[in-house]
Amino acid sequence: MNDTKKPSPLGRDSGLSPQSSVLTTPDGRPYHDQPQWRNDFPIDWPQDELVARRDFTKFLVLTSLAFVVGQAWIFVENVRRKRRAVPPVRKIARLADVPVGAAVTFAYPEPHDDCLLVRIAEDRFVAYGQKCTHLSCAVTPRLAENCLFCPCHHGVFDLATGVPTAGPPRRPLPRVVLEIRDGTIYAKGVEVRT
Amino acid sequence: MMRTFSRQQKMTIVYGILCIVLVIVVLQLWLITATMNAFLGDQESVILPAAIASTVCFLMNAGLLRYVYLMERR
Repeated sequence: MNDTKKPSPLGRDSGLSPQSSVLTTPDGRPYHDQPQWRNDFPIDWPQDELVARRDFTKFLVLTSLAFVVGQAWIFVENVRRKRRAVPPVRKIARLADVPVGAAVTFAYPEPHDDCLLVRIAEDRFVAYGQKCTHLSCAVTPRLAENCLFCPCHHGVFDLATGVPTAGPPRRPLPRVVLEIRDGTIYAKGVEVRT
Repeated sequence: MMRTFSRQQKMTIVYGILCIVLVIVVLQLWLITATMNAFLGDQESVILPAAIASTVCFLMNAGLLRYVYLMERR
């Protein structure tokens, strides 16, 4: 807005052309209606607004760069994961040690990868990674309800398939591939699913 | 050669560029969310294309920001 009665010093001294030296105030009132301090310390509000938007754009571009860094990290982690050795075959328990309806915890393939083996029928075993796919809390078996339950946010997974059926988890639990040989249960791989 | 704009025109251009950059950043946010989900689910086919697409988005954003700075110098 032009202030014809009392032009701001900025209008005269800023070196801008008449078309571009449009000075406005935040509340839109002319300069002679503004408090004295605003006349004493005039601010080129359009320029200030332009700089603010430009800086916000710069911030967004930095955010964009951060996303690219995140994508690169995922790519590198994926390459590292592919280069890892094939998981070893490891003994979990003897058949006689796991009665029907019982659960056994074990670590596979790394010592910090907790897993859960459940015998859901005489001839049927299932094993899953114990970390909830929501926020990595440990899931616990609820055999009476035929599910695995995450106590942190009440996530529920189907016991037979490991697929989430309630709560915040969206991905199934990683399934541990089992092999039963000579009365012993072995883990021989992990199948991560979406 | 870049033409000279009035302040009002510059402001309009910056607002337009800001909107475009904002849309691209939201697209990148969606992209990284989907890629992370695929990575955690052991689906690696989308990881490289998503990384390339995100880089292209960033280059577009950087180009638009550069245009803003070049415009202001005139």
